[in-house]
Amino acid sequence: MASKVIQALYNDDDVLMHAVKKVRAEHHHIEEVYTPFPVHGLDKAMGLADTRIAITSFMYGCLGLAVAIVMMNYIMIADWPQDIGGKPSFSYLENMPAFVPIMFEMTVFFAAHLMVITFYLRSRMWPFKKAENPDVRTTDDHFLMEIGLHDNEEELTALLRETGAVEIKVTEKES
Amino acid sequence: MYTFSNRLKMGSFIAMAVGLIFLTIGFVSAPSTVEEAKAIVAAAHDGHGGGHGEEATHHGEDKGHAAADAHDDGHDASHDLHLLHQLQNRPWAALYVAAFFFFMIALGVLAFYAVQRAAQAGWSPMLFRVMEGITAYLVPGGIIVFVILVLSVLHINHLFVWMDADVVANDKLLQGKAGYLNPTFFLVRAAIFLGGWIFYRQYSRKLSLAQDESDDNSNFVKNFRWSAAFLVFYLVTESMMSWDWIMSLDPHWFSTLFGWYVFASMFVSGITVIAMISIYLKSKGYLEQVNDSHIHDLAKFMFAISIFWTYLWFAQFMLIWYANIPEEVTYFVTRLEDYKLPFFAMLAMNFIFPLLVLMNSDYKRVNWFVVMAGIVVLLGHYLDVFNMVMPATVGDQWHIGLPEIGGILFFGGLFIYWVFTALTKAPLQPKRNPFLEESRQFHY
Repeated sequence: MASKVIQALYNDDDVLMHAVKKVRAEHHHIEEVYTPFPVHGLDKAMGLADTRIAITSFMYGCLGLAVAIVMMNYIMIADWPQDIGGKPSFSYLENMPAFVPIMFEMTVFFAAHLMVITFYLRSRMWPFKKAENPDVRTTDDHFLMEIGLHDNEEELTALLRETGAVEIKVTEKES
Repeated sequence: MYTFSNRLKMGSFIAMAVGLIFLTIGFVSAPSTVEEAKAIVAAAHDGHGGGHGEEATHHGEDKGHAAADAHDDGHDASHDLHLLHQLQNRPWAALYVAAFFFFMIALGVLAFYAVQRAAQAGWSPMLFRVMEGITAYLVPGGIIVFVILVLSVLHINHLFVWMDADVVANDKLLQGKAGYLNPTFFLVRAAIFLGGWIFYRQYSRKLSLAQDESDDNSNFVKNFRWSAAFLVFYLVTESMMSWDWIMSLDPHWFSTLFGWYVFASMFVSGITVIAMISIYLKSKGYLEQVNDSHIHDLAKFMFAISIFWTYLWFAQFMLIWYANIPEEVTYFVTRLEDYKLPFFAMLAMNFIFPLLVLMNSDYKRVNWFVVMAGIVVLLGHYLDVFNMVMPATVGDQWHIGLPEIGGILFFGGLFIYWVFTALTKAPLQPKRNPFLEESRQFHY
């Protein structure tokens, strides 16, 4: 289904921030803001919910730690018992200090890689995905704010004009 | 201006008085003869059937033992004498651990302060007066530690084996180290370290106060230069200080990263105390401009330096454990055999606890939560110092009893009294620091 959206372009991040605050104060729902670089504080100004990626990161870290323990136990203790540092105890716990670097690295490896993959998927970016960019200038020096239209085109155009938008257009958007 | 509340002042006096009583009891009840020492151990052994397998290098009796093994009577006598010395050392070691621990907090804060100055950090100027207040303890704390070291050199106590001329005469290794490890040079070095640190602290404080009244930034720039120079001096002297004052308790054993390990301990303890005192002052209505983001940053440092401490501790432990070279591994054998509880408790309190508790970003902004975590971190680092000092001085005769708690109470009380008195001497907020506005606006 196609929906009508209004897109306002800005050419300064400070102007954009003020515009976002003003539009939100007028109780319009901002669907998305496209920026050429991360704008500090924009997420809070837009009222986006806090990211939960830290929680996934912690879980991935725990998974990595578990994988490391099981893996080292299989390789070094169960499958082919090793005499580590002249201490042939053949016990995971007693040889644990030797495995700590691996446990640490696997924790970091899992947390980092899976977190990046999660972030891409959650941002709906996967291989061969067509870019969701309404205007190529947002990859250069322009900022674009997108607001859904509900038969209030004139009111919104006036409001956006007032906030310092350099260009305003109304388009149909596939969703 | 801050006024030292009467309740806190009374509290610090009571802690000092009780601590002094406990320490006195500790000194008075230390045995003066071999018979008394045996009686004490016999009484204690009813409680726990520990063995006599301590490996402490105390009095370098490794060789003495070997000679005495020829006939059993000689061995028993030398063993009993050893026991007596350990029990006599206990109140001194308890005093030394506590004195060093609180001194180390002030020194860690001084290093943190110098880093902020040298980096021209924008977030922290709001906290400079708190840090300067804490580093004021460097003067009495440093003098007390120095006096204990002088008493060791004068053989009033026997914490440092290598100061005993008879031991050195029978020990090739100590003879080889005598060029560095001799009482005179030891005290000269201690005086240079303390002199340099105290000089920087006093001079930087003076410049910091002068900056408030000045109409240009010259004091600020001078402070920046002195701080950078101090950090160079500090990194060398801190490392040497930890070899001298702590590592030389086990004079045969050495570890090249020991200085860094002690540094991490003092750094994290210092940052924790900055956070705790800032939160306390905020709760009393001072430091209105210090916001949750400042506390958040301090808590991030507590978390990060706890991990750094673990990294260094483990780097030292793993190499020695893995290589398993007898003269190196004795250090950890003593600790794992006789100090199981403090050894593992310290790891849990200094690593696992801060790792899990301070990981969440939101919790680092909850003030009471940071204070609670800080108390555990401080106790953990007290135990860390305890584990560094006790095995070499009292062997398996350690307890956390009256002298140890007395030491903590006495020096804790003195620390609080001195720090909060210093805080009343100047406005809690600097006036003309060029980064003041940035610090005020600081947010996350």
